[in-house]
Amino acid sequence: MTVTEIILLIRDIASIALMATGLVFVLAGALGVLRLPDFFTRMHAAGVTDTLGAELIVFSLILQAGFTLLAAKLLLVGFILFLTSPTATHAVANAAHRAGEKPLLSRFHPKHPRDREGDA
Amino acid sequence: MIYGTGLAVVLAVIWWVLSGYDKTLLLSLGAASVVVTMLLAIRMRIIDRETVPFFRLATLIPFYTWLGGEIAKSNVAVLKAALKPEIDVTPRLVRVPVDAQSDLSRCIFANSITLTPGTVTVEVEEDAFLVHALTPDFTGADGFAEMNARADRATDGRRKSS
Amino acid sequence: MMVWVNLIAALCMAGAMALMLSRLFIGPTLYDRVLAANSFGTKTVLLLLIFSLMVGRSDGVDIALLYALINFIATIAILKFFRYRSLEIALAQMSLRRAIGGDDE
Repeated sequence: MTVTEIILLIRDIASIALMATGLVFVLAGALGVLRLPDFFTRMHAAGVTDTLGAELIVFSLILQAGFTLLAAKLLLVGFILFLTSPTATHAVANAAHRAGEKPLLSRFHPKHPRDREGDA
Repeated sequence: MIYGTGLAVVLAVIWWVLSGYDKTLLLSLGAASVVVTMLLAIRMRIIDRETVPFFRLATLIPFYTWLGGEIAKSNVAVLKAALKPEIDVTPRLVRVPVDAQSDLSRCIFANSITLTPGTVTVEVEEDAFLVHALTPDFTGADGFAEMNARADRATDGRRKSS
Repeated sequence: MMVWVNLIAALCMAGAMALMLSRLFIGPTLYDRVLAANSFGTKTVLLLLIFSLMVGRSDGVDIALLYALINFIATIAILKFFRYRSLEIALAQMSLRRAIGGDDE
């Protein structure tokens, strides 16, 4: 095994690790958007996806692309996502707040369906 | 003038990265588009310290690397909250006082709060932000104060001694 | 090997997009739907990036770049339309009116 092969292997492993972590964050964000109780809490779950998950996946792809012009383009896409996603989140939140959307402010802790059956 | 030069250089680099051409004719067309964009920007009077922040990268980059660590830390907390088999969240709406020297500093502070998962700036007021947090763990006053001070230092390079 | 990793990633991304689409349909308020649409757009960008590296054509990255920009502008435009019921008002003018003391509508 030559040195180049080892470097390529390390690059592939790092890329796979970054990709897997990013996918976990993206899927968790999507699940959170489905499961959380009200609009303002769902907004947080969407934030997980947009900040860290997207950046990790973009960095993983940059590792795959190597030191080329394509990597610079990917970096630009990541930068634009990094700039726009919090701005869009704030815009949605601000619009909802101004439109009089009331956030849920009490503790939300529903019992598991199995436990509820046990109570009844 | 120096801001204009900086903007022109950044525009040229972005044009070259996006097109990837190296022929003389196409490069000269790119230079022409940079010149037109500069003329429009000058006509709109939007070249000043606030809109061309490239000269503050020396302080902005350390700030954003620190912020990246914070984002990673609080991301795990939100991940746990979203994936627990029984959802248990206590959302809070808190008012965070802001002590900022400039509009850019306020903007970066609000942006940092939104970037950190678990807290989102809902409303920007005169001297405070309305922040929605997923659980009370995210609303420590010390954390916000530290982020405010760091954002202020990153934008101005120094705290005013007045 | 990386092709398979990218294929799995693309399939996961499609699954996340399906989840987001279901929130888009059942979302009780308008803002849930806008949030879901924005998040769906971000995932579309990521899917395009993964796909274009998988098949080895760099054109997809340009499209993804454009899609990211349009996605942001579309979100802002939808919010602006539902707040003022018109797209012909300059946002700067509205914030000025609010600062002077008029109301939003």
